[in-house]
Order: sequence, then C-alpha cells, then structure tokens
Amino acid sequence: MTSYYKYYAIICPCEEDCSGRTSEEIYEAFMREVDEQGLEDTVQIVMGECEQVTEKGPLMKVEPGEHLYHNLSLKNISKIVREHFGQDKPVKKYLYEPPAKENIRLPDSDFYQSQFRLVLRNCGVIDPEKIDDYIEREGYAALAKVLSEMSPDDVIEEVKEAGLRGRGGAGFPTWMKWKFTRQAEGEPKYIICNADEGDPGAYMDRSTLEGDPHSVLEAMAIAGYTIGAEQGYIYIRAEYPLAIKRLNKAIAQAEEYGLLGENILGTDFSFHIELRLGAGAFVCGEETALIASIEGDRGMPRPRPPFPSVKGLWNLPSCINNVETLANIPVIMLRSGKWFASIGSGDSKGTKVFALTGKVNNSGLIEVPMGTSLREVIFNIGGGIKGGKKFKAAQTGGPSGGMIPAEDLDTPIDYENLSKLGSIMGSGGLIAMDEDDCMIDVSKFYLQFSVDESCGKCAPCRIGGQQLFGYLDKISSGLATPTAIDRLRTISETMQKASLCGLGQSTPNPVLSSLKYFEDEYTEHIDEKHCRAKKCRDLVRYNILSEQCIGCGLCKVRCPSDAVIGEKRKPHEIIQEKCIKCGECYKACKFDAISFG
Amino acid sequence: MKKLDKDSLKKLRDKLRRSSRSSIILRVGLGTCGIAAGAEDAVKVIEKELKKHDIKDYEIQRTGCMGYCYCEPNVEVLMKDMPTIIYGNVDEGIAKKIVVKHLVHRKLVDGHVVDRPAPDIWEKQ
Repeated sequence: MTSYYKYYAIICPCEEDCSGRTSEEIYEAFMREVDEQGLEDTVQIVMGECEQVTEKGPLMKVEPGEHLYHNLSLKNISKIVREHFGQDKPVKKYLYEPPAKENIRLPDSDFYQSQFRLVLRNCGVIDPEKIDDYIEREGYAALAKVLSEMSPDDVIEEVKEAGLRGRGGAGFPTWMKWKFTRQAEGEPKYIICNADEGDPGAYMDRSTLEGDPHSVLEAMAIAGYTIGAEQGYIYIRAEYPLAIKRLNKAIAQAEEYGLLGENILGTDFSFHIELRLGAGAFVCGEETALIASIEGDRGMPRPRPPFPSVKGLWNLPSCINNVETLANIPVIMLRSGKWFASIGSGDSKGTKVFALTGKVNNSGLIEVPMGTSLREVIFNIGGGIKGGKKFKAAQTGGPSGGMIPAEDLDTPIDYENLSKLGSIMGSGGLIAMDEDDCMIDVSKFYLQFSVDESCGKCAPCRIGGQQLFGYLDKISSGLATPTAIDRLRTISETMQKASLCGLGQSTPNPVLSSLKYFEDEYTEHIDEKHCRAKKCRDLVRYNILSEQCIGCGLCKVRCPSDAVIGEKRKPHEIIQEKCIKCGECYKACKFDAISFG
Repeated sequence: MKKLDKDSLKKLRDKLRRSSRSSIILRVGLGTCGIAAGAEDAVKVIEKELKKHDIKDYEIQRTGCMGYCYCEPNVEVLMKDMPTIIYGNVDEGIAKKIVVKHLVHRKLVDGHVVDRPAPDIWEKQ
C-alpha cells in the first residue's frame, strides 16, 4: 500500500511572523486554498509542535522531498498550493536556503537547524540493548581502525588536532591527559569514566549512557590502547539504575563479540571494563574523591599534585574522562581530528550537550556546536520563555557555575566566554530563569546544595559554605545589614583561594555571579526589605484591598493560621503578625481583593 | 558466538545494513525520562492495536532519550512511502491514533508532529 496523500506538509506553530500573521491563520488559509483548488486528497496539512528557526517563521516542511518554505504569508499560499501540490513544481523562490552561520563553523551547513548531534548521534536512533544496532551505525569501526592502523601516538596526535577538551567542566585538553598518563611510570594503568553526574538539573550523561552505552565503551577501549591500560572503570551513581543495567548488558554483549576482554578483534590488546557504583555524593565527581571512592574509602578529595595521571587509582597512573568527552572519541577517530576541529569556535571545538530546563517552552536534551549563542539556545531551540515572560538570566554549570544575564544573550557559548562572564561550562546544565525568579533565592538554592554536599574535609568549604548560606538566608528574610554584601565577597574569595578541591572553590560562584549582575536586587532586599520577584516569603506581605473585598469570607475559611478577621459582607483584614504567607487567601479570593508584594 | 576480528566486524556491519528491516519501524524513546512519562503504556497500546489491525511486518525499536523533554513520550514512525515523522506527547489515545491513522490510513496525526532537531551525521557522509 502506498501513501494516502501525495504530499504531507507540516506547518510550524510559531507565534507570529513579522506581519503579525499567526501560523494558525496561515494554516487555515492553506486549508481553504487546498479545498478551493480541489487538492484535498493530494496533500495533508498539519500543525507541527515545533520548528526551530522562529525568525524565519512561519515555516512549512513538505514531504517527500524535504522542501522547506519560510516567511510564509497569505500572498504566496495560492502559488505554493497550485504549483507545488497541483503541478509538482516546488516554488523555488520561497524555499529556505541556509545562510552561512557567523561564529560557528560547521562541516555540513546545508541545514536549517541550530542543533548538531555528534555525541547524541545514536541517542533515540538505536536500541541501546542491541549491539548490532550500534555496529550497523559505524559502531566499533573506530576501535578496529585504531587497533589496526594507528599507534598510540597517532591517536594522541589525532585527539590533539581535534582540540577536544574535557566536557566535565574544567575543559582540560584531552590529548594532554592521555599523553601524561601514557608517559607516566607505573603499571598497570587505568582508564576511568566519570559518570558521576550530580548537578541539579543535569542529565546529559545519564541520557548518553542510557541511549548509547557502546559509544562510551568503545572510546574507553581506544583510550586504554592509547595510554597502555588493560582495565577500565565506569564510576556511576547507583541512582541511575537504567544506565547501569544497559551498561552491564552492553559490556556483556561486547565481550561476547570479542570487542572487549582478551585479544580484542584478534589483536594482542586486551581491555576489561567494570562498573563501580557510587552512592551519589556530589564531591565524588571530583577526580581524587572519585578515586578514593573506587578504592573503598570515603569519597574525599586530596591535594593535587600529584595528579591522577601520575598517581591515581591504587597510586598508579590513571586517566579520568567524562562520559561526554569519551562519546566524542569514536567520531574523531573515524572522521579525523581536522573534521572535528572544523566544528565550534575559537579554542572550543566540537559540540556541547546541554540539559535545557527552567522557564523555557521546549525543555530538552540538546546538542549545539560550541560558539552557539545563548539567544539561539533559549529562544530558537528552547522556544522562548514560558507564558511570554521576560527572560532574566540563564544559569550554567549548576552549583559550580553562575548566571548569564539578559545583556549577554548574544555571547557565543564556549569555555573562554563563559569563564569571562563569571560562569563555567560545567557539565551542561542550563537553566533559564524569568522575571519571577529571585536571584537571592536561586543562589540560596545552590548554596544549600553545596553545603549539603561538602565533604567537610577542609575548613574553607565546610565553614565558608555554611556562612555564605547564613548571610543569604538573612538577606532573604530581611534581617541583613548593609555589611552583608562585603561579607559575602570576603568569604567567597577566601573559599575560592583556600578550598581543597573544585567543589569548595566553586561553591561561591552562584553568589559572586549573581552579585556581579544583580547587586541592585541584593541591596533592595537589604535596604528596602523588598523582593521584586515576590519569592522571598519573609519580605512579602498579603493585604486585603478594602474597596474590592465584599466580605464573602472565603479567605477567612481557608486561612490555616486564623490571620484573617472580619464580619460577613464587610471588608476583611489580615493580621500580619499571625500571617504565615502561605498564599491560600490569595488563591481563594475570587474578587482580586488580595494583593501581595 | 565466534569472536570478531577486523574483517568479520566489517562483514557483520555490511550484512546488518543489507538485511531488510521490517517495513514499519516504530522508535519509542525509553530512557528513564520516557518511561517516567508513560512511554511503556504507549508501547502496550501500539502493540495491541497492531495486533487488532493484523499488522505483522513491524518492529518496535526501544531507543534511549530522544531529547524532547517538553513533549515526552515520543514515538518516531519510519515506513515506506510515508515521511518519517516524530510524534510528541504520545499518550494512550495518541498511540492508538498513530496506528489507526498513520499506519493504517496513511494520514498524519495532527497536532503531535515534532521536528527533528538535527540531521544524522552518519547519513550526511
């Protein structure tokens, strides 16, 4: 049986085009036109959920042929219907042609999307529990190529040419890590995959491991061959049961095929991979703490140097790479380092996976070339801010990162630019915030997380974090004095300089970056005891507007603390001392008679 | 299973590529996220409906996360003579519609079509 229609057209539902036409109108106009021209059995037109290039909208994709019309207006509809659907001649002059992108270089630039899926190449495409699915899509071809054609030094050169940098946060060049471990004295050596992903709002590694576990296994074997290791460990938190199940299955399948284990692919290279489960401590993402945890000790960091590449697991040379870093490796080996380096911007090559969440319309697991602007990520891919609210800031890098304010929306996202802005790339959590988010409240949230996760080994982190949180708490409850801001800065600087590991050093980042861009909000809280986002409960007051109140008594019934008084059919009143600011009265009132702020 | 070497790995890949897959492939995003959003329920409905309509030449591919967090669960439909379509917010009702409308009557299920975010790098060789 063939298709019912000759053409299928999908219209993008973006809000409106330059002339204010909504895609709904365009859709209806198309339907009318198709009816008038008697083509209702030739083409089916549907409304899609999301196309990405909103400034090109409204868009229409026509299948078969993947023709993409852009800037649709009521004027060109009848021509498209008549010529494309009626006479099978696509209307060339209305078709979208992708422009060359500024800042970003891409190997294949003939598509209109903002995303480029390299790490996530197989996610959502293959069945992760079937090794054949992976093999069909170039799986283990990179390992075969490396083992048969390349020396370990060749591999390092290729990764160097690619310019791949660690995706776990710090952005250290991967080839250097590999080279140091290869050159370090001591046998045996180890490859460790850091899959201890714990930032609030981040799930890139989990999705990669659940969707394409073999890509990480293959990369670990390549890394093992390169540095001279025969044993690899994947350190993953027990909170990721599905990823663990799929990894174990993948390892068993790869061993059965001789792609892991003894004498891989008939060569004399052997490599084994085992999982080590963590109990979910955030500090165990720090490499020395991770090593301690694998060794069976408490997950606590130690001073570096010596770096793990010299003295790592069991005091032997160990190379620790993040999941996403590793997932890039097979593609680099197959397509060449030069190809990889052609993607991205400046010193940041390749792509970055982000878990885009927060107040955006289309949250998602996305992958974009390095150098893509935050505006493109939030407004094109993310579909803009929910409810038409105003974008306030984006948070990258989780509790170790910082805010990027609306003024810097057009900054290309790469390692250097993010650190200039006072944030970090981090592992890839990206949380969009709107005008309803209070920066003090957000900083408090991250500080609470870091304080809970501090291992307590060094004083700056253990005590400093607690103090920072204390000051933020005072500010948000209206009890702080103007000296609080100076104190925040002093403690932050001390923590950055004196903490033992990255966790303590980066704990103040959310505070410092929100102070950098939103100091006025801090002073407003301190001096005026006012929270403009109405998030800080202690600074918010609920009041009954006597001219609006009809005295129905609904709020009085709902109030859990008997703070509302008043007689039936007469304006009520809230006793502030009794009010617990739960907001129940506000929700209950049907006459907009309760204000808060 | 015999262990592979370089050549037999390549042979296996070529064989896998040549082998004809079912004429209908349904990819369902079954990462933790998809499962939590109810993708397993969608699969059950799809299987039931396929049986009801006596469609046998199909394959349900259980993939990982497709990345559309805002409209989970997701089902991608690949079949001959029809454009490849990704559906979002596939609850049990939409799952049924995908089989009845898309697979049987060859019409798209309006309002649930999602755009593919990026081209496949292996197909763009």
